[in-house]
Amino acid sequence: MVHAGDVGLVTAAREVFSETLTLTSGRTLAGFELITETYGHLNAQRSNAVLICHALSGNHHAAGRYESSDPKPGWWDLHIGPGKAIDTNQFFVVSLNNLGGCDGSSGPNTINSDTQQPWGPDFPQISVSDWVTTQAMLADRLGIDSWAAVIGGSLGGMQALHWAVHYPDRVRNCVALAAAPKLTAQNIAFNEIARQAILSDPDWLAGHYQRETVTPTRGLSLARMVGHLTYMSADGMSDRFGRDTRNTPSGTIDPGETVFQVESYLRYQGKQFSTRFDANTYLLMTRALDRFDIAADFNDSLNEAMAVTTSRMLIIAFSSDWRFSPARSQELVDALLASGRPVSYAEIETDAGHDAFLLDEPHYTGLFTAWMQQVVI
Amino acid sequence: MRYDLTQIESWIPEGSRVLDLGCGDGAFLNRLQETRRVQGMGLELDPDNLIAATQRGVDIVQQDIDQGLSNFPASSFEIVVLAHALQVLHRPDKVLRDMVRIGREAIVTFPNFGHWRCRLHLGLTGRMPVSKDLPYHWYDTPNIHFCTVKDFEALCAELNIAIIDQDIVSGPTTALFKQWLPNLFGSTAIFRIKACD
Repeated sequence: MVHAGDVGLVTAAREVFSETLTLTSGRTLAGFELITETYGHLNAQRSNAVLICHALSGNHHAAGRYESSDPKPGWWDLHIGPGKAIDTNQFFVVSLNNLGGCDGSSGPNTINSDTQQPWGPDFPQISVSDWVTTQAMLADRLGIDSWAAVIGGSLGGMQALHWAVHYPDRVRNCVALAAAPKLTAQNIAFNEIARQAILSDPDWLAGHYQRETVTPTRGLSLARMVGHLTYMSADGMSDRFGRDTRNTPSGTIDPGETVFQVESYLRYQGKQFSTRFDANTYLLMTRALDRFDIAADFNDSLNEAMAVTTSRMLIIAFSSDWRFSPARSQELVDALLASGRPVSYAEIETDAGHDAFLLDEPHYTGLFTAWMQQVVI
Repeated sequence: MRYDLTQIESWIPEGSRVLDLGCGDGAFLNRLQETRRVQGMGLELDPDNLIAATQRGVDIVQQDIDQGLSNFPASSFEIVVLAHALQVLHRPDKVLRDMVRIGREAIVTFPNFGHWRCRLHLGLTGRMPVSKDLPYHWYDTPNIHFCTVKDFEALCAELNIAIIDQDIVSGPTTALFKQWLPNLFGSTAIFRIKACD
């Protein structure tokens, strides 16, 4: 059934681009496909379009359900829908699976038309800049000259920032949640552990696992366990799991089963993820994340980068987010202030960690909603 | 509207950039945006106020004034306002110095502790004043740095801050006297200041 405030049943669409795409790496793709979803209606002036940029493990399915029996709606259903922060009564919302993703858009798990084999590790590395380029091609295709807002959390927030800096004429409002101007060494280190987990799986097969119809699920699962851990906060985990146990420890070093609840939880999260996500895409996404630096094209000056933006800006950080801490969002805010750019900023008090941007914290939802209501369409 | 806010409004140039420190629910900045067409920005800590100000279309940054304002560049605003918040700051002197750095001018309002009622209360009872306007006790009050009009003037001189203009809010019966004895008859002081050249 469709609840009030829900976008209801949705269907994905496929956009085929036949033109050759030159990537920032210099490599080219002879055409590509993007899987998209849209919610709400584009107005006659084409001025109410909002782009949703997804994070590392996200995809195009941001809101609604494909079948009313789907157990879960899209990943950001809490914030997209009639009367929600991204109000589909107001906005025409566009969501896509980024190039290099693993949910239908051209990526390592799709077929390379030259070889008629899955791309696997031969799919080119994609950058945040390439994502924004292809999102701009999608906007052209949909007849959207400028977005009313470009919105994203985490890696999605980085895409939103890239839009604001590199396409200032096409972004009127920009929302970057739990984001950062670039990754710290610690952040890159976590990503490297995740990648090594995948590379050390015997089923990795140098990335050609699809040919052998195997999946490096153990490596992928371990990668997700590390990642997931960094998206939670110590307090949040203590509240949720404490030192609760599931099984009594046996006398052996490896009892083969989990003792603590938190172990079981992490294993479950890893296992679930490894059945739905592609290992090559995981490497591609974390590499894109590592290499992102919004100031790179501006003499490494964040102030200079932010000075070229013309959009209204909303930056939100979460108090217990240690992956992209509030201090990193504050850097963005300070750079905007240094340039005299209008900005709104809040650090939301929560113990939900980095993933808080996906959730419904009253002050977060309240501020996000209030800010979006001021978007002129 | 509170009298001190009316006075502040009259000192705000049309179309200027205004930073309001401790802007609350943004109602005042919103009014300035409408009556003076200012480009406003507010600083505020309370999350409910952040939402209320945003609903009014005011740009707002969550920041603790006591942690410093060094992230705001010099002369980035025409006017920096601090209305009825001087007395709650840990280091009012540092904030005043920042205000005249960030703004070409600054406007400060504060309850005048030199007002005759305060003096009378302290003089007669020997205890810290508790009134309708300042209902807290000395131990639970957020107002940790009370000063008088004379104290404020002395601090400005020390910080090399010029007083451009000043006004006093008083009760109706003492309105006649406030011109001559502002420190005695003014309940709220309003100062328009800037850095000395």
